[in-house]
Amino acid sequence: MGQHNKKTMTIDATDQAAGGGLLNRRFFLTSTLLTSAALASAKSAFGQEMVGQGQEDWTLYPGSDALEYGELSRFEVGRVKKLVGEVSGGRTATSAGRTPHHNLMGTITPSGLHFEVTHHGIPDIDPDRHKVVIHGMVKNPLKFDINALENYPTVTREYFMECSGNSRICYEDKPTKQHLDMTHGLVSGSQWTGVLLSTLLDECGISKDAKWIIAEGADSGSLSRSIPIDKALKDTMIAIYQNGERLRPGQGYPMRVLNPGFEGNTSVKWVRSLYVTDKPVMSRFETSKYTDKLYDGNALQFSLELDVKSVITRPSNAMSLAKHGLYEVTGLAWSGRGKIARVEVSADGGKTWAEAAIEGPVNSIMLTRFRIPWMWNGTPAILQSRAIDEFGRVQPTRKELISARGNKAFYHFHAIHSWGVDAKGGIEHVYA
Amino acid sequence: MFMRKSLIIASVLLSVHTVHAQESRFGEPATDADIAKRFWSVFPDGQFLPEGEGTAVQGAELFVDNCEVCHGSPEEHGIADALFGGIGTLGTDKMLATVGSYWPYSTTVFNYIRRAMPYTSPMSLTNSEYYAITAYLLSANGIIDEKAVINKKTLPKVKMPNRNGFINAYPEIPDKYKTKFD
Ligand code: HEC
Repeated sequence: MGQHNKKTMTIDATDQAAGGGLLNRRFFLTSTLLTSAALASAKSAFGQEMVGQGQEDWTLYPGSDALEYGELSRFEVGRVKKLVGEVSGGRTATSAGRTPHHNLMGTITPSGLHFEVTHHGIPDIDPDRHKVVIHGMVKNPLKFDINALENYPTVTREYFMECSGNSRICYEDKPTKQHLDMTHGLVSGSQWTGVLLSTLLDECGISKDAKWIIAEGADSGSLSRSIPIDKALKDTMIAIYQNGERLRPGQGYPMRVLNPGFEGNTSVKWVRSLYVTDKPVMSRFETSKYTDKLYDGNALQFSLELDVKSVITRPSNAMSLAKHGLYEVTGLAWSGRGKIARVEVSADGGKTWAEAAIEGPVNSIMLTRFRIPWMWNGTPAILQSRAIDEFGRVQPTRKELISARGNKAFYHFHAIHSWGVDAKGGIEHVYA
Repeated sequence: MFMRKSLIIASVLLSVHTVHAQESRFGEPATDADIAKRFWSVFPDGQFLPEGEGTAVQGAELFVDNCEVCHGSPEEHGIADALFGGIGTLGTDKMLATVGSYWPYSTTVFNYIRRAMPYTSPMSLTNSEYYAITAYLLSANGIIDEKAVINKKTLPKVKMPNRNGFINAYPEIPDKYKTKFD
């Protein structure tokens, strides 16, 4: 856009949407029309120059051969996941790789950048020796390998996955200097393909007294979680593909449970046993971990559904604003219950809010991208986003969340995230 | 076209099968051995607890040999999760959540350590050894006597200090802990 745009870009009172320089979400649409007209005239002037003059080497010489598996540009190699926890033999804590949303756009997270949290490492499974058994309160206990699963009618759906420990750091007393990978890197979005669990349960003939399904993985902790039967029959799938490819080992290869909108840990990876029963097993991961400690000493258990949440991914504290002028504020919103209905953005720390444009189509239980133009005039600002889902759930402020549950919950932090912009254009995470 | 046809055929087959016998299109019958290899759960009421037994006195020694290097002792924390102490600290600034102070079910201790510990060699001990170590963890937290014999009958009867500390949040979080918009 640059120069041409600047000339034609004037902002009048009807463009203002809220305080602090937030503009009507349609502002970019109108200014783009002017820009492309200006570019067309620049092109015809360029046509008079000598052919090839001033071209870069990569335009003047043939490039390299095709690759069996495409790679990132060598200029992009640093844009990777943030690793936390020892990942070698002497591991003493949960290992996690966190999605760098400050480097990404769109709503599908590349498979290699999808977050991973493993309590017992990533197993190296030979698919010919892996099966899932479905047993317990069923007429016919059955087993399936990946080839059997692939024969079923599959479903392909876009879903986000979020670890309920995402944003845990925001419960702490002081804002963090870390980037979005550390604050919001445990949520990612993918297109998943698999067989609905209800299809398989139907063939097993489950008892009408069934209330829970205990899923167990083949990892070295045989990780297990109890899944309520209403969820299992509604939309749980046994996923075998992610973004068109078979699952990656860190995502549960060759097969995983996928409980849309539930905390990620319930979507048991490397699943090998599904036991149908009438009670939860009370595994370590639904008692000691993934329970939310409250201010009064109690803890919430089976807080399975994910909250309504959003975060501005650009600008963020991974960058600074070099000059005054027009910026696009963009980010992601999601709800474990359904569709995002609306996202509002504030540039004045929540005093006034403007509705952001939502990039459709909006999928249920999937990351949703929002954007809004913002004219930064050099005064300090506090940028925030607030998501509202189709059920009217509104993302709370940090104060509201902490006054309802306390600051020891560790899990399910879903409050509004604030970026403080100072007069020099520096950006920091702040509590506002 | 081919896909669509085969799907129609498949669903016709399915409806035939559900009417007559419950037969799977592509799954195979799971044998007891198939299930036993993959299913490790034990429940709070004691369901699926195996034979075998042990005491804390026996477990103390096994713990030193197999666990202490990572988890430390009741006197000194190690590099992995703290397993001892903290009873009465939940909700305070000194909160220490451990097997003793936080875990609501004694069976979860046996269930988890048998399938997952020692971290680098899970499932490497016998059922009686896992019972003995479970007994040690409970006794070192002051929950049972060090001479108590722990087995499939006695373990489910052990009541954990924080047994009533959990509030069910499915399908809804209780109003008391909701923010105004939840
Ligand atoms: C090599 C180090 C190591 C050894 C040895 C080890 N553990 Fe662990 N243990 C861990 C780690 C790491 C975790 C946490 C895993 C995770 O979830 O990320 C853990 C978790 C646990 C937990 C759950 C703690 C909680 O609060 O949720 C228990 C109980 C436990 N271990 C018991 C044992 C016992 C009993 C032994 C000996 C039989 C043992 N461990 C040996 C590393 C070890």
